[in-house]
Formats: sequence, C-alpha cells, structure tokens
Amino acid sequence: MAYSKKVLEHYENPQNVGTLDSKKNEVGTGLVGAPECGDVMRLQIEVDPATQKIVDAKFKTFGCGSAIASSSVATEWLKGKTIDEALTIDNMDIVEELALPPVKIHCSVLAEDAIKAAIQDYRKKNNMPELQLEEKIVH
Amino acid sequence: MLKLPIYLDNSATTPADPRVVDTMVPYFYEHFGNAASRSHPFGWEAEDAVDQARERIGKLIGATDKEIIITSGATEADNLAIKGVYDMYSRKGNHIVTVTTEHKAVLDTCKHLEKQGAQITYLKTDAEGNIDLNELETVVTDKTIMVAVMYANNEIGTIAPIRQIADIAHKKGALMFSDATQAAGKISIDVDRDGIDLMAFTAHKMYGPKGVGALYVRRKNPRVKVTAQMDGGGHERGMRSGTLNVPGIVGFGKAAELAMMEMEIDAARLSVMRDRLENELCKIEESYVNGNRRSRLPHITNISFKYVEGEGLMMAFNQNIAVSSGSACTSASLEPSYVLKALGLGDDLAHSSIRFSLGRFTTDEQIQYTIDHVTKAVNKLRDMSPLWEMFKQGIDLNSIEWAEH
Repeated sequence: MAYSKKVLEHYENPQNVGTLDSKKNEVGTGLVGAPECGDVMRLQIEVDPATQKIVDAKFKTFGCGSAIASSSVATEWLKGKTIDEALTIDNMDIVEELALPPVKIHCSVLAEDAIKAAIQDYRKKNNMPELQLEEKIVH
Repeated sequence: MLKLPIYLDNSATTPADPRVVDTMVPYFYEHFGNAASRSHPFGWEAEDAVDQARERIGKLIGATDKEIIITSGATEADNLAIKGVYDMYSRKGNHIVTVTTEHKAVLDTCKHLEKQGAQITYLKTDAEGNIDLNELETVVTDKTIMVAVMYANNEIGTIAPIRQIADIAHKKGALMFSDATQAAGKISIDVDRDGIDLMAFTAHKMYGPKGVGALYVRRKNPRVKVTAQMDGGGHERGMRSGTLNVPGIVGFGKAAELAMMEMEIDAARLSVMRDRLENELCKIEESYVNGNRRSRLPHITNISFKYVEGEGLMMAFNQNIAVSSGSACTSASLEPSYVLKALGLGDDLAHSSIRFSLGRFTTDEQIQYTIDHVTKAVNKLRDMSPLWEMFKQGIDLNSIEWAEH
C-alpha cells in the first residue's frame, strides 16, 4: 500500500517524539493500544495550571507508519490548546489531515483515545472531575 | 554502483532468468502453435517443446515426464491434488492430515472440503515449525487418504522431514502430498527418495515465468489418480483440461534445467550471504531468528526485532529494500502472520517480524546495504517506541493492563 505524502512527511520527520516526566502534576499521560494488536501509543501533555493551556506535548508510538504520523499530528495540534479545546480534536480530523485510507482509520482513533486518556490522567492528578468519555467505535 | 531498490523478497516471486526468457520468446512468435493440434507442423513443434520441457521439469524432482501435470501455478496444483484425491479416493476414507503452518492454498482447500464432509486434522508445530512425528503416527488411520505437509515453509524456511512423514502415511495406505513451492529448484528433491506421491510446485519461484506450475502425480508404486477439477478437452491425461501455455511451459522447463545445474552453487553462495545478513542483524539487541536454523532453506531468514512493529519498520526502508513483514496492520485484520503465531510466537514478536529472502541475483553489496539500513531503521523506530523505553527501564510489559482494541 502506498502512503500519502503527509504520512510520509510525519514518518520521516516525526514531531515531538519524547518523554515528559510522568510524575509531575502538570503532566498527563495516556497509554493506549496493546502490543498484541500491533499498536501502542503513549501521548503526554504538559499543562500550565494557571491557564489550563497545553504548553508541551510528546509521544512515543509502537506501530505502523500511519500510527506514528497520527501521533505526530496529534501532538502538533495539542500545543497551545486548553485541555477543554483539546477534547474537540476528532479522529476524522486526523484522517483528513493525513489522507488515511479506511484500513488505517483505527490509527486515528487510537490517537484520539490517547489525547483523551492524557487529559483524563491530568484531571485525575489535579483533582478535577473525571470526564465521562463515550466509547469510540470498535476498531 | 549499487542500484536501488534492492529485491530481497524472492520467496514471493523471483525475477525471470534472462536465459529462461530467451527460450520462451520463439514460442510467442514463429512456434505459436497449439500443442494439441495434431494435424500440422505448428502443433507438432509446440508439442515437442512441451514434451522436452516436461522432461526437464520431471528431472528436477526425479520424476518422469508422464508424471508432470501442468497447471496455472502452485495454488491450482494444491487444489487439484487435495480435491482430486478426496474425490478419487472417497471409498478408502475422508480423512486428511495437514499442518497449521501450511500455505493458505492448502489450508483453505482443506476447509472447503470440510464443508463437504471431509475430516481434517490440523497438526500443530513446535516453536521452530517442526511437527511431532509421534503425534502424526497417532492421528493417521486407515481412513486417512492423504497427509499434506509442505516441503519447506514459505515464511521461515523450515524444511520438513518428508521421507519420515511419508513412511508414516504409507503405513496406513495414505498418500503423501507435499507443497514444494518454496523448495523446488532450491534444494534437492527426489520424489522416490522422499516418498512423495503428489507434489505441487511453480515456475515463478525458480526464475521462471508466472502463471505456470505443476502437479507431480506418481505413476508407479502406487499409481495415483486425481479427479479433474475442471471439465474440458481432457488435456494432461484427463487430469487438467485447458490449452497448454506453451511459452510458459518452455520457460518452466528451462528454469528447471538451470536450477538443476546451478542449485548447489546458488545454495552455497546464498546461505553464506544469508548467514552474514542474519548474524549482523542479530547483533541488534533483542532480535530473534524465527524457525529452525538447522534444517531450512538456504535463502530465507525471518527475524523479529522486538519492540518495533514490522510494517512501521519496513516503511523506513521499503523504498529501497523490498522485504515482507509478518505484520498486517489493517482494520480488516489486526492479526499478525498465522504461521508465526502457530509457532507460539507472542503477538508482539509476530508483529515485529521481517522476512528476508535472497535470490540468484542478490549481491554482497546489496546485503551490506541492507544490514546498514535495517539496523539504522530499527534504532530509529526504537527511539520512537514506548515499549522499548519501558523495556530499557526494566518494566515488565506483561504487568501492564493493555487496553486491547
């Protein structure tokens, strides 16, 4: 299968690969997927407590090129958004941005799940009420 | 100068040898006749060419020309062997024994027959892809009509002890069928020495053209018959109708002749290159060879690079190096290779596997390039892998509750 130009760009030069200190209160970590399924995504955000803005985002991903590109895009989009704004990122936005084919849509779903999991983790750590997240489609 | 991309996927198909193509060309032009036209020189020439090719194809596996049934490829030969024997030998029984690591052309044919009332036993293998001969002995009964075991596995290259398997089959009067698609032309096969009654193989894995294969059907001790699966003009001694693909068959014949002459030299050269590739890639931390390293084809290696996903890894170099991955990261099937899973490999290792298969035209320079670039890619992907980071921190990945999706 041929990859889209955007996927290739992000794969060649992934943005925001790395690790934030998960022990810090300002950092939220989302770890989604499973090695058995061939995708694991870890997405981390660092939030400014005063403004609730995401000041940094990092990822590490075990998966195919589309999964790596989806994580890269997600971290790019997160920076500068408040944690509430970040919740509006939809997996279909990532599908569109990267021109993912139908068989790779689950990669974008995983990225959306990772964003939500990271925000959830941050909220828990900072005694904010937990989000009621609806399950995405089964993938 | 090294020319890119490099082809290391010779188990999928091989390029045709120029010597093969040269022998085929006249059979598109001046000798275009139908081998079944008995009434004029065009037909006679075509028939002579087919006869000669058939003899060469037979010789490669120690068979006579009369025992070679030409098909469109190995998949058709697998179908004809299994369905044809099932139909022909229904009076003896309805039981077939095969193995979980067989090619889909065998497994799906067996599944098809299961729906029609066949009883199929699927033997499991050990971690190296070997079946347990004692277990085989216990499952073969008087009702068993066929034992179907591939000569060598297409993903890991493990060679089966065909003679021993055949002896067990024959003790109960069952026929020995082997899919030798990967082995034919690569290692020595002799249907008498090996006790094979039926065998499927194809031209395009031995530097011949695509679209032509053969089923070997034993004529003596015992005389084996298969029921035709296609109705028509009764070609191929009534077992496979359809106008013969004369240029393809001529090419197959030439490929078989070349394989016979060059097999030993090729195998020696390829196994040295393969071992070098394998040894160098195994210097990468947490990389593992899949399959049986003692008894395997000379040109294949299958390596798992733990903590990186195969498809993601391939993407780093697949513009320049053609290989195949045991991983299938698609929504239709998140399942990794069923062969690797059948070996008991964890899904994580199965997802991390790459098959490298060398061929007659592989060079040392290409191997060196592959070693360098695959090593670089594994390191790059591991820098991006959360699993690698956890492994390095000493976290047991099994202790994590994964959100399986």
